[in-house]
Amino acid sequence: MSERKFKQVGTRPIRHDGLEKVTGRANFGADYSLPGMLQGAVLRSPHAHAKIVSIDTSPALEVEGVKAVISGRDFPIPTREGDRQQYGDVPDLANNVIARDKVLYHGHAVAAVAATTIEAAQRGAEKIRVEYEVLPPVLDIESAIAPDAAILHDDLVCQGPAPVPSSPTNVARRTLLSGGDIEQGFADSDVVVEREFTTPMVHQGYIEPHATVVETLENGNVTIWCCTQGPFAVRGLTASVTGIELSKIKVIPSEIGGGFGGKTTIYLEPLAVELSRRSGRPVKLVMSREEVFRATGPTSAGRVRVKMGARKDGRLVAAEVVMYYEAGAFPGSPVGAGCMCALSAYCFDHFVIDGYDVVTTKPRVAAYRAPGAPIAAFGVEQVVDEVAERLGLDPIELRLLNAVQENDVAPYGPKYQAIGFRETLEEARKHPNYSATLGPNQGRGVASGFWFNAGLQSSASVHMNEDGTAIVTTGNPDIGGSRAAQAIMVAEELGIGAEQVVPLVGDTESAGYTDLTGGSRTAYATGMAIIEASQDIVRQLRERAAKIWGVELDGVAWEDGRAVPSNGAASDVEPLNLAEIAAQMGATGGPIVAQAAVSPPMAGPGFATHLCDVEVDQETGKVTVLRYTTVQDAGKAVHPSYVEGQMQGGAAQGIGWALNEEYIFDENGVVENPGFLDYRMPVASDLPMIDTVIVEVANPLHPYGVRGVGETPIVPPLACVANAVAAATGKRFTDLPISPPRVLAAIDGD
Amino acid sequence: MQSIPYQAPASVSEAVALLGSDAEARVLAGGTDLLVQVRGGVRKPSAWIDVKRIPDLLGVSVEGDSIRIGAATPAAVIFEHPELQRLVPGVAEATDLIGSTQIQGRATLGGNLCNASPAADTTPALIAVGAQCIVAGSGGEREIAVEAFATGPGQTALAQGELLVAVRIPKPAARTADAYLRLIPRTEMDIAVVGAGVALTLGDDGTCTQARVAIGAVAPTALLLEEAAAALVGSRVDDDALARVAAAATAAARPIDDKRGTIAYRRKVVGVLAKRAAAIAANRAQER
Repeated sequence: MSERKFKQVGTRPIRHDGLEKVTGRANFGADYSLPGMLQGAVLRSPHAHAKIVSIDTSPALEVEGVKAVISGRDFPIPTREGDRQQYGDVPDLANNVIARDKVLYHGHAVAAVAATTIEAAQRGAEKIRVEYEVLPPVLDIESAIAPDAAILHDDLVCQGPAPVPSSPTNVARRTLLSGGDIEQGFADSDVVVEREFTTPMVHQGYIEPHATVVETLENGNVTIWCCTQGPFAVRGLTASVTGIELSKIKVIPSEIGGGFGGKTTIYLEPLAVELSRRSGRPVKLVMSREEVFRATGPTSAGRVRVKMGARKDGRLVAAEVVMYYEAGAFPGSPVGAGCMCALSAYCFDHFVIDGYDVVTTKPRVAAYRAPGAPIAAFGVEQVVDEVAERLGLDPIELRLLNAVQENDVAPYGPKYQAIGFRETLEEARKHPNYSATLGPNQGRGVASGFWFNAGLQSSASVHMNEDGTAIVTTGNPDIGGSRAAQAIMVAEELGIGAEQVVPLVGDTESAGYTDLTGGSRTAYATGMAIIEASQDIVRQLRERAAKIWGVELDGVAWEDGRAVPSNGAASDVEPLNLAEIAAQMGATGGPIVAQAAVSPPMAGPGFATHLCDVEVDQETGKVTVLRYTTVQDAGKAVHPSYVEGQMQGGAAQGIGWALNEEYIFDENGVVENPGFLDYRMPVASDLPMIDTVIVEVANPLHPYGVRGVGETPIVPPLACVANAVAAATGKRFTDLPISPPRVLAAIDGD
Repeated sequence: MQSIPYQAPASVSEAVALLGSDAEARVLAGGTDLLVQVRGGVRKPSAWIDVKRIPDLLGVSVEGDSIRIGAATPAAVIFEHPELQRLVPGVAEATDLIGSTQIQGRATLGGNLCNASPAADTTPALIAVGAQCIVAGSGGEREIAVEAFATGPGQTALAQGELLVAVRIPKPAARTADAYLRLIPRTEMDIAVVGAGVALTLGDDGTCTQARVAIGAVAPTALLLEEAAAALVGSRVDDDALARVAAAATAAARPIDDKRGTIAYRRKVVGVLAKRAAAIAANRAQER
């Protein structure tokens, strides 16, 4: 496999959707309009925790222009029968889309209005009378797990290994992974470091707010236009929440202005469907930025305690990691994934990983790029750094001494096949940024990261045009340049240029079932289906050539986009190129089309090592990132520019999470910074050019060796920045964000 | 869409007459604060009085012993003005900190003053250089010192029917220079957590003969600090004097705890910025 000489894979063609995007012609979620379309507005809870005593929607209907009003009681009572396992818990999802009996966070949707103008819809929403019985908010892990905590869900019973609470609780699940003898491990250690870390809730921060347009027909058919990472997920989830048959719903994904996991679920779609059904008119719903912050995303706040023991020679021996992740209003924090990732980069003979999923009266968390892993790595990678410091070892050297490699077993079970972790460490050590001279008040940090990547289900179809060009259709919205990568894969197999392939994002009726664009799975899993379908096309092209030449199939080989005679057959004929065969499709057997489907159970994990140099202003506590380097194993980079883009984007988000991003809640559970002014994501001038080094250790599960690359790069930065700040200041920062007030307080010893 | 009556007078007197007849009308210049506030439901003006077509409110001019900046002059026009950059670099750099490149083509100096945010970047810089607001009303013009213009968050000394026409800055004397610094957790597109502006004059022997120190974002309005100025006057702007400037600024600050910063942090850092701005101003003055 690794010997294969690629012609297209590894090149950097211009992306097929580039022109529309840079000229503003591409249609995003809010860009669709239909004749007679109504505008919708959502009424949201003013309380973080309250019972809904009554809702009177009738005053809204008296507002001129209002055509439909709905509340949670207009939806079927959600049951677990509608659960489609791959989408999570349907009742919780339904209750998050619109509250029925209880509101569980400030901003929770309570009712929705459709009207001829957005102003009329907003006036209508203001007229709705809701009587609440206000309950105490539950705003952090400590108060959520306290014995006298207000309980969010009366029917919530903790799942997982004992001991766990048996009466209703705010702890939804315990995840426990262990191996060896932890006490013995610490006893055998020469040095033991133990620290507790916290991270706040942070948002994915995608530029495009959620938006949808829904049209319903008299026969019950529903068409949904929306920005999503998974049109099939939107279809399945909307069917479950609305009670409409799945086959009556068609979802057409728009272009997507970022998602990072946050657009893998639904918020507005069932509301727009119900408003459209009631009004008989198309309905558009678009969130404001404030609604995005209050009612979508974020990822968990976390509390992580790490205890790690090592021998004097630098060998890591034992680790105990206890993690509490906030799920927000409904169970489902990524603490399980955090447990899977926490210690998976190193060999520990003795380990315990103990994770708790805790509900609080805050927005329900959604997936965010390597969900759960950065929070765990923030703790683990700082403790690894401190162990190296205590032992007087270079932090890369310590990691190389303990890095997992092929045939090692991950704490969550699987045995690693070929992986490139050590290679990322070695490349990082060789990089000029690792030996660049540091000035006063400057420090260098190192951190690594692991993400398991997903496989799931994918399909693809490839069609030949009469002129020898091809069309590839998949059900994966293009969130990170996947169209270009998909065209490259077809071009590689067919022996043509990537520009001769049209990559299409299909809708739920024109593409075969495909799981969402997420889990770093598109280039990997959907790529496998594309390659398989393309190989089928090549076989058919050879068949047509064989027919034209009157030889058997094995008398035709496919080389450089041409059928050539092989095995001594028809040696007197001229090779046939793709265009010549395609032009004769009608006479040789009809259209040439192929499709393929895959459901790989595993994906081949990703590893990265990052380097960060910072300068700390000792008088203001402000941290400036001077250099940032990402080294990652991509298996095989199909379109290296988009692999580098993922590495840089993940690093940028992780640096923001490390330095300034956080949800700030007041004592009532109201987010005080629901906008980009005070939710401080980095701006371009905050970051240096992020250097990238792609390592390629082929993934044996993929025909080209591809590994998912989208998520791994957000895993190391939190700890990498913290390690750099520790080096610059001599102070360990265990709480995020490492914002100027926090840094200055530490420097001044406050 | 919301419908708000819009008028674009061509003269100061016409604008003043319109403002005088409607207490709920709002002056619209760049609109970079106002439109956001209206969209957010914070303000509901009865009418827009667009002042961008009044020649008296546009442009930067240096005449005699003063610099005049029209209230509706966009930030970019101000900080790109070579003579203004040379004469009052602190005012230029404060103006250059407003918003993003796109916003700077639209946001005006007058708007920054009239929005009366305690964190407005131009305010401490203008106070430091002794700027005056030229205000027109039905009875004619009057001048208000910039330090007296904002009276509280979102509140100004403008009476109903009055319009901010321009800002007048005395042309700096020989060996006089200014500087403005702010702290934000990012590098741009943020609101000052703390700001400090300093203008000072050096004698031939390097002794400071005059100084004005102003701080922002640490009280309901920007503050002019007599004591910090006194720490500089008579000194050679040495470490000892700078330490006293810092202490005076920290002592004068009356900040709040909010999502942008804590009381303790703001008090400390306002001193740091005041002393750093003083050092920059002194270096600039030295070179003149």
